[in-house]
Amino acid sequence: MRTVRWLCGLILIGAFMFGNFFIYTGLIYFKLINVILFSSLFVLFRVIVGPTAADRIVAVDILGILIIGMLALLGLHYEQSFFMDVGLIWALLSFVASLALAKVLEGRSLDD
Amino acid sequence: MIRETIGMVFILIGIMFDFLGVLGLVRLPDVYNRLQAATKCVTFGSAGILLGVFVIQGFNNFGFKVLLGIVFIFLTSPVAAHIIARAAHRSGVKLTKETVVDQYQEDRELKD
Repeated sequence: MRTVRWLCGLILIGAFMFGNFFIYTGLIYFKLINVILFSSLFVLFRVIVGPTAADRIVAVDILGILIIGMLALLGLHYEQSFFMDVGLIWALLSFVASLALAKVLEGRSLDD
Repeated sequence: MIRETIGMVFILIGIMFDFLGVLGLVRLPDVYNRLQAATKCVTFGSAGILLGVFVIQGFNNFGFKVLLGIVFIFLTSPVAAHIIARAAHRSGVKLTKETVVDQYQEDRELKD
């Protein structure tokens, strides 16, 4: 069972890497952005499956960080700087949301 | 030319750390182990990508926004990770079976 899961994961990652870097004919920035989007698929797996609520909070926090990197690469390709404005706002809201969710998980009320 | 090469090296290192951190988020057995793997995503992953974009762009509008993003991520992300781990421990998430020592539990029992 464990070996089957290992093989499934390795085949999935290998197929994605081969298809992204050798078959897909796009610019290099879009190939790198595809790697980040594939990683965020794993994060969404942890959000859906995660056994406890703390797993889901960690996964949502990391999803925001991945999105910031992706926005920086998009701005580098399109030569526009407003993508990074979106990234800064996303970082701020992600931080506040993590703090509030951790407070709720801990069981205290939000105003102490 | 040489500036773009150095920037692309930073971006590739960042993407690699992002992918490996998300793999650790999926594979590891425990909330605390997953948090420890996922925080590597921040300090080397997305901050590496942002540093690469800053090296490519130089001191213009976009570059300063990216630098602000790096400072903001470095300030807020360890705080969020620490408070999520503390809330998870206080809300009673079980540690994995291979744990050898839990000093925070001993400290809390000593304080009560």
